[in-house]
Amino acid sequence: MTLLRVENLRKSYGAVMALDDVSLDVEEGEFFALLGPSGCGKTTLMRAVAGFETPDAGRIALAGGDLQGVPPWRRPVNMMFQSYALFPHLDVAANIGFGLRQQGKPRDEIAQRVAALLELIQLPEHGARRISALSGGQRQRVALARALAPGPRLLLLDEPLGALDKKLREETQFQLKDIQRRTKTGFVIVTHDQDEALALADRIAVMRAGRIEQIGSPTEIYERPATRFVAGFVGDTNMIDGCIENGGFAAPFGRIALGICALPDGATASLSLRPERIHLGAEGLSGVVEDFTFRGETTLARIDVGAGHMLRASLPPGARVARGEAVRLVVAADAGVLFAKPAP
Amino acid sequence: MSLRLMLLAGFLFLYGPIAILVTMSFNASRLVTVWGGFSTKWYAALWSNEAMLNAAQVSFSAAALSAALATLLGLLAAVALARFGAFVSRALFFGAVHAPLVLPEVVLGLGLLSLFVALGAPRGFVTLVIAHTTFTMCFTTVALLAALRGCDPALEEAAMDLGAPPVQAFALVALPQIAPALISAFLLAFTLSLDDLVIASFATGPGATTLPMRIYSQVRLGVTPEVNAISTLLLAAVAVALALSALVTRRARE
Amino acid sequence: MTRRGLSLGKKLVLAAPYVWIVAFLLAPMLFILKISLSHSVLARPPYAPTFSLEDGLASLWGKAQTLSLDAWRALLDDPLYLEAYGSSLAIAAVATALTLLIAYPFALAMARAPQRLRPLLIGFAVAPFWTSFLIRVYAWTLLLKDEGLINHALMALHVIAAPLPMFATTGAVVVGIIYSYLPFMLLPLYAALEGQDPTLREAAADLGASPREVFFRVTLPLSRDGVVAGCLLVFIPAVGEFVIPDLLGGSGVLMIGRALWNDFFANHDWPAASAMAMALLAALMIPLLYYERSRQKSEAQR
Repeated sequence: MTLLRVENLRKSYGAVMALDDVSLDVEEGEFFALLGPSGCGKTTLMRAVAGFETPDAGRIALAGGDLQGVPPWRRPVNMMFQSYALFPHLDVAANIGFGLRQQGKPRDEIAQRVAALLELIQLPEHGARRISALSGGQRQRVALARALAPGPRLLLLDEPLGALDKKLREETQFQLKDIQRRTKTGFVIVTHDQDEALALADRIAVMRAGRIEQIGSPTEIYERPATRFVAGFVGDTNMIDGCIENGGFAAPFGRIALGICALPDGATASLSLRPERIHLGAEGLSGVVEDFTFRGETTLARIDVGAGHMLRASLPPGARVARGEAVRLVVAADAGVLFAKPAP
Repeated sequence: MSLRLMLLAGFLFLYGPIAILVTMSFNASRLVTVWGGFSTKWYAALWSNEAMLNAAQVSFSAAALSAALATLLGLLAAVALARFGAFVSRALFFGAVHAPLVLPEVVLGLGLLSLFVALGAPRGFVTLVIAHTTFTMCFTTVALLAALRGCDPALEEAAMDLGAPPVQAFALVALPQIAPALISAFLLAFTLSLDDLVIASFATGPGATTLPMRIYSQVRLGVTPEVNAISTLLLAAVAVALALSALVTRRARE
Repeated sequence: MTRRGLSLGKKLVLAAPYVWIVAFLLAPMLFILKISLSHSVLARPPYAPTFSLEDGLASLWGKAQTLSLDAWRALLDDPLYLEAYGSSLAIAAVATALTLLIAYPFALAMARAPQRLRPLLIGFAVAPFWTSFLIRVYAWTLLLKDEGLINHALMALHVIAAPLPMFATTGAVVVGIIYSYLPFMLLPLYAALEGQDPTLREAAADLGASPREVFFRVTLPLSRDGVVAGCLLVFIPAVGEFVIPDLLGGSGVLMIGRALWNDFFANHDWPAASAMAMALLAALMIPLLYYERSRQKSEAQR
């Protein structure tokens, strides 16, 4: 069942088009991500769904019901703010129970639900604590619990892991997914961090300049990017310009075999090749190692393949290269994604 | 080292005259230059001075009323200026609200009196309260505006998101945060009203003479020790108000 | 986004302070203007014409024609008034400059004090402001009079033989202004100095500047906004001061605030007082506009 349906949403601020004919669906119980660079409109979209922005045109429907004209305090949608926005004058339990009090629930019911949520976020003894006494990670969990307490159908999360350090971020990613599965609430996270989106979401919408570039599962987005932008934004890639020749890709520095080629011979195109799909081998494109960075689980090497082109290759652990070493690069036939180059 | 000296000199300059005033109020001798022994007789004399007592009552009640009004109006004005974004005539409103801060008091007083006269309004306690509310409103607005600006609007949005309509969201979330500022603003308006001479002289009428007006007319006749006594009492009242204000803000900061 | 204007709820919130300001701040200014164009009569109110609808609309026009610039002309004709304006501006300017000179090191000392002491220091420095203006000025009479404390102390120490005439002089008025308005100068200065990034001074020193040079080339220029704000906050109200020249200055010290008061309360000459008030505002217009602009600038920077 479609939980959230956004149809042809438009919103502009003066001359700036924040949302340009945006449409998407979020399914019941799904973990959805809005991914894009800053200014792409993802935050505007989220705030429009929450009710803090009024779109100029288009429709937002939740579980079939049109949300137009419904103010934020009456929408069954809750938001987890980027800054957490916890109420400093209330303790943890009062914060979490805020929405329930607004709903007019009886006191013991509120206390029960708050206790259950404190268990869920693994802070069972913290109900009476003041917000100022909590660490960043703890505040994030309280903010999540507070947004979940009223039992919304849809939860919007604004850069939920942005303020956390790397170790904490990974831990919290698992916890977040776990909580989403358990509460069976639809989660929509808004983020510019593609690692976050790839790790958490069931489906991702990549946005740029107010438009949706692609919607798909993390694997689809990563391995079969629909546009040049998506290929470059999600994950690292080598974008090579060239043309089609005899059913293969003719780059300025050599020939790369393609699997099925949808473009005719002579057409100009760009090939997106991810660093981890380029291997060192006995034969193939020739190049010289320019430089490399040791990353722990991989080594990223920059290889000069001639004609002024550098390719970045991600080498497996244990691979040893030296600066100036001559190497040969092997690329599988279906490793790259081809994009037609528009006529100038 | 010299910085510390400057601090000392500065505080000496600021508190010297006040200290002398307070000391003199306990001086049995009328003369400033002769110490006649410790005495509270001037305070006793005050107690039987009906005119002074009446004036004190007028001053304190006018101060309380005008401060309450000024704080309320200041809160509304601050909310409008901090949260409503741009609106027609916002710049004019902002400027007008800040005007009493820099305008000479004689001009303000004259203007208010002209208004009252033109409207045929009898001058007295009511016009006094109106006048004091008007000029202290500028100070309360500035104080509350600063406090509101320090208040994250995301918090009110979160409250709205969780089901509270805008007015409730403000009352439940923003008000508790600016509560110390509200109290400080009230106390500020209170002391400003209590101390005011010029505007009160213009705006008040017979039967509603304020304490500063009484003190002033006495001072013009010459230095009397009773004035020292009442001045010290007034200073003490304001010191208490200040201490309260500081306590409230310190408590809130924790 | 279209400018939709304020919703009804917001309009209600804005209404109370807005109406109050228009009624009790802006309207009075218009009244002063109108009275300055009237002439003095022995009646209640002591000026004519008075506009009312009782005599019908037609009479309004007739009355309007009796408005004149007589009061303004009297202002310009009488050299006393011009002198009063001149001396007010001069006294206020001198007092402002001296207040700055005294307040700056004081503010600097407080801004450089240890962090935990600062709120305490600034609190104590500003506390006198909360106490009665009148009383503080009055306290100076105890000090400055011929039979006052300062003269008494100096004579007792045999520094002088006869009392120095300090009371009822321009100097006394200047001291009074400095004393009363010091907190107005202190606060913006302190705010500006306290907010300065200490690493800037360290960088300057690292690049070879002596402490003196650091002050004149880094600290002072950076505090410009605070200096300007403080000067305006002292100068503008000081020009129209009444209490200080009345209590501490003698009949020899002419200040416009006092002249206004006398014209109003002693001579019952409302049109003259009103004209003076308008002229005072006109004289302050330039610094007032400057203040407004610098305030708007700091607003925009938020």
